[in-house]
Amino acid sequence: MNQSTSLFQPALIGRALKDAFVKLNPKLVAKNPVMFVVLVGSIVTSVFWMRDLAQHGDALFTGQLALWLWFTVLFANFAEAMAEGRGKAQADSLRKSRTTMMARRALGNGKEELVAAPLLAKGNHVVCEAGDVIPADGEVIEGIASVDESAITGESAPVIRESGGDRSAVTGGTKVLSDRIVIQVTQDPGNSFLDRMIALVEGAKRQKTPNEIALSILLSGLTLVFLFATVTLLPFAQYAVDQSGHGTLPAVPVLAALLVCLIPTTIGGLLSAIGIAGMDRVMQRNVLAMSGRAVEAAGDVSTLLLDKTGTITLGNREATTFYPAPGVTERELAEAAQLSSLADETPEGRSIVVLAKNLFDIREHDMDREKVEFVAFTAQTRMSGINIGNRQIRKGATESVKKFIEANGGTVPIEVLQSADQVAKAGSTPLVVADGSRIMGVVQLKDIVKGGMKERFGQMREMGIKTVMITGDNPLTAAAIAAEAGVDDFIAEATPEQKLAYIRQEQAGGRLVAMTGDGTNDAPALAQADVGVAMNTGTQAAKEAGNMVDLDSNPTKLIEIVEIGKQLLMTRGALTTFSIANDVAKYFAIIPAMFIVTYPELQKMNFLSNPKSAVLAAVIFNALIIIALIPLALKGVPYRPMSAAKVLRRNLFLYGIVGVIIPFPFIWIIDKALVLLKLA
Amino acid sequence: MLQIVLYFLIILAITKPVGGYLFRVFDGKPLLLDRPLGWLERLTYRALGIRKDEVQTWRQYAGSLLMFSLISMVVTYVLLRFQGSLPLNPQGFGSAQMPAHLAFNTAVSFMTNTNWQSYSPELSVSYFSNMVALSIHNWASAAVGLAVAVALVRGLSQKSANGIGNFWRDVVRGTLYIFLPICFIGAFIYVAMGVPQTFAGPKLITTLEGIKQTIALGPVASQEIIKQLGTNGGGFFNANSAHPFENPSALADLFTKVLIFLIPAGLTNMFGRMFGNQRQGWAVFAAMSVLFLSGAFISTAAEQSGNPAFAKYGVQTANMEGKETRFGIAGSTLFASVTTGASCGAVNSMHDSYTPIGGLVPLFNILSGEVIFGGVGAGLYGMLIIAILAVFIAGLMVGRTPEYLGKKIGRFEVQMAMVSVLAMAASILFMTAYASLGKLPPNDPLNTYKGSSYGATDTGYGPLSGNLNNPGAHGFSETLYTFASATGNNGSAFAGITANTPIYNTLIGLAMIIGRFFVILPVLAIAGNMAKKKIAPASKGTFPTDSGTFTLLLVGVVVIVGALTFFPALALGPIVEHLQMIGGK
Repeated sequence: MNQSTSLFQPALIGRALKDAFVKLNPKLVAKNPVMFVVLVGSIVTSVFWMRDLAQHGDALFTGQLALWLWFTVLFANFAEAMAEGRGKAQADSLRKSRTTMMARRALGNGKEELVAAPLLAKGNHVVCEAGDVIPADGEVIEGIASVDESAITGESAPVIRESGGDRSAVTGGTKVLSDRIVIQVTQDPGNSFLDRMIALVEGAKRQKTPNEIALSILLSGLTLVFLFATVTLLPFAQYAVDQSGHGTLPAVPVLAALLVCLIPTTIGGLLSAIGIAGMDRVMQRNVLAMSGRAVEAAGDVSTLLLDKTGTITLGNREATTFYPAPGVTERELAEAAQLSSLADETPEGRSIVVLAKNLFDIREHDMDREKVEFVAFTAQTRMSGINIGNRQIRKGATESVKKFIEANGGTVPIEVLQSADQVAKAGSTPLVVADGSRIMGVVQLKDIVKGGMKERFGQMREMGIKTVMITGDNPLTAAAIAAEAGVDDFIAEATPEQKLAYIRQEQAGGRLVAMTGDGTNDAPALAQADVGVAMNTGTQAAKEAGNMVDLDSNPTKLIEIVEIGKQLLMTRGALTTFSIANDVAKYFAIIPAMFIVTYPELQKMNFLSNPKSAVLAAVIFNALIIIALIPLALKGVPYRPMSAAKVLRRNLFLYGIVGVIIPFPFIWIIDKALVLLKLA
Repeated sequence: MLQIVLYFLIILAITKPVGGYLFRVFDGKPLLLDRPLGWLERLTYRALGIRKDEVQTWRQYAGSLLMFSLISMVVTYVLLRFQGSLPLNPQGFGSAQMPAHLAFNTAVSFMTNTNWQSYSPELSVSYFSNMVALSIHNWASAAVGLAVAVALVRGLSQKSANGIGNFWRDVVRGTLYIFLPICFIGAFIYVAMGVPQTFAGPKLITTLEGIKQTIALGPVASQEIIKQLGTNGGGFFNANSAHPFENPSALADLFTKVLIFLIPAGLTNMFGRMFGNQRQGWAVFAAMSVLFLSGAFISTAAEQSGNPAFAKYGVQTANMEGKETRFGIAGSTLFASVTTGASCGAVNSMHDSYTPIGGLVPLFNILSGEVIFGGVGAGLYGMLIIAILAVFIAGLMVGRTPEYLGKKIGRFEVQMAMVSVLAMAASILFMTAYASLGKLPPNDPLNTYKGSSYGATDTGYGPLSGNLNNPGAHGFSETLYTFASATGNNGSAFAGITANTPIYNTLIGLAMIIGRFFVILPVLAIAGNMAKKKIAPASKGTFPTDSGTFTLLLVGVVVIVGALTFFPALALGPIVEHLQMIGGK
């Protein structure tokens, strides 16, 4: 299995070279009108070359022309093959693993039988141990294991899959590295993730996206315009020759060369590669896009719905401050809080222990285990704590602890209630700590906004994308966190219906919406959103409803997907602009050279050595620029978050103005080289 | 040069008020003129059975437009053919002066707002033909162009709408509230400046040298005003605006040039207003201005430096050939830039006699697709189509599906825009190619000028290139200019080509039809499709189309698309000619 993320490995290049020739099949080329014209031009020029060979014409010239026209087609094919390469390599190994796979099906009586993977049905239980390949999509129902998912994701670092948690979903074709798990199969054969993925990565079902279609129409239209311009050149030239009484008509191969130079071969040759590479980039981020359309839509997204937990904030709240009650020192409160949390294995509980240790260096007490009784959290008491002898230390929600204290004959001073209120208003959760009837104070549990999120949302805003936080918290808490994270809007106490309504409302205003989700109740919203990213750990319904699946189940990735979508569109636009801008130089190279014999005055416009070297230089430049731009097409143009106006100015300069200028020196150099090598 | 700046400042100053007025007219807002003219509007609707509040889909709108154009064209054709039996015909012209091919060419020409004149007006059309058969089109074709532009702007600025307005209502309101009042006042201004308005026949006078000369007269002022305002350009006299009765003085000349750009410039502002952001209009205006001013300055500089071939004889340095001393160099080149930019086609000098580069500018203005202010309506809708293409190509570079005015540009819009680009390119290039090489026997009636009908002798040209006055590259420029002018619905002639033969009249007629309807129909289709779309609110992530960057992009696309399509043709025409001239040939 290829696990490297490098685009240009020898193996991939070798395969792409072979595919470039396979793709010469006219039926395949015909899908791309621009390249089809080049193919026809190559064939015509080759015929003229043979004629020149037979009749002792200038076969060196027509031969070179034909050769470079063929190269133009091959280079474009090569670009596409390169883009497909990584996906194909993946698909191959995926397919290999599928056909040879045997599964250990668990029978009800604790025994196992060996069956071929394609025979597994939904609901079957399968046992996998270290070294086994997981035979089908499913859910871990027993055990925990580290799994190598590189076959699907290309990421070599193993991931943990365990029963019952967020990470219970496993994918067929991945490999168990350690331990033993039992899996319940969730997909029928032929419909598995692996099957769909093979189809996707191979591009077998690849359909042109709407934007790609519109661009193809533009390119075909331009090709026709240049066909007109080239075809009418012959009568124009005839007229010029008739009138001036000398000179020659341009030869057909030269006209073919001119046509190929003018039609947008650069973007025409790289268009499909850009699309495939875009999908591939999404896949490198461990996201499986169900269609190119979804990736493209991601670039258009103007509203991002982000779940608070896990995306904007770290999954767990942390204790940050102690607010002691009147008459209690902070240290006393810290000590009591730590004691009450010793047995609390929740991240919140652990964070209290850590905070107490950090602030006052209170070490975990050595306690006589006999006298200690841990009180676990229950839904009835809504408190947890510890009993040491007859000392009862509790922590919990304000109301619960208040009841506990009052039951023990104590009272809760107003100051404590006030600080609890303040903590809540700041978007945190107050935990009240009591020691018997004595109130100790309040611990602030804070949602920790992930580092860098504020800057990231700022960039989003700069790009014109609105970020919306979705949370189950009350509006007060939500508002505080929203302000801290720097999102533009939030939906508090969100229900699935509310999410759906919000999406519809945004869409009615002409905006495109992206969201992530995992639960079954997220499915309608995922389906309604223009870009719906389902978590791989999520339910099957969610995965079906979304148009992307994030194999890492990392909601933050939505932001990266948007960036990839934008980058994809930018690359297309940049290469189109560049391609058209290049034409100016090619005209200046070819037209004067073509008519210099008829109208010697045109020598003034000519910057190249002689008519033949001029035509050849333009054609060679035209072919080589495709190769030169393959890395850009596959990697995408460098992306920087900034406003559209700035991006436009920058790219218009880089690809438009530079695109007009850059071919001149290169064509000039090629021309000189040709003359030096006595090729023209 | 100062003249160009002064002229531009006037245009800049009138754009906003004119735009405001156009907006009120087409948005159905109350007008001062409602009282004096409202009854006429209502009467027209009633008489023609028009339901003015009915909103048409783009297909219905296009259907009405085609019907209106076809019927009015046929009427003109019939009136021209039978002018001998109609009144107001002191010269006694009949169908001999107006054969079928010429009547076809002329009817198409006026219906399409081209006003290409294959005929010599003084020698072939009666006063009645001028005032009725042709003049109605000066109004109607301009009103149609205006309506299409308004429909497109509506389509772009409406949100989730089904229709794009009502064709009849747009035409009637445009005629009544825009053309009528301006023409009424303008005609008096022209008369005050010395333009004749009379039904008397030509005067035979004896000149100071004792030579007898016929002075052609007629109701000139009333035709002159709409000719310019409606960017029609069909002159009352063959010499067009170089004729002292059409354009008597430098002041009248300035007035004329302002009239030509009046509505096209105002429309850019109306567009901005309809969308609710005048900056959008100014961005388009700025792009047009950059193109216009560059052309005017280049052309003027070229004419002022003249032909170096004369320098060795120590004669004039500037090129005054084919220009009126009343207007001088800048007055002439500015007029040429205005008239070719605006697809007007009136001329006050002979473009054929310009230096190659001086003549390249008018040619390029036409080849740009008549978007440099352009014809009434046609300029704006042509430019907006280019804007859509420009946004599509470059808009991807900001990383979103391209949008113009908040509406996504999809395959349908691109398809339609390309149809119009392709039709223009095909018409100009293939017809020029045919005219360069087409061979006919020497006396084939298809390419024979029936001079006998106009008091001259018949001339059979044979090959199509035989009709050219000049050989070589200049002759090629003449052919290219002819078909560019016809397809671009400009109507100005480079002159130097005898086009009044059956084959040329037919070809040019076809070119005019292609140039008109293969743009209007795609434009209406785009309008209809865009009207249905939602408007995405502008944000920092949207491609800004009201900025200087966008203006430059638009200029770049106009130049590059025009240059890429026509560079080979231009290289073999004006460019070679220029190189020959500076080479001393």
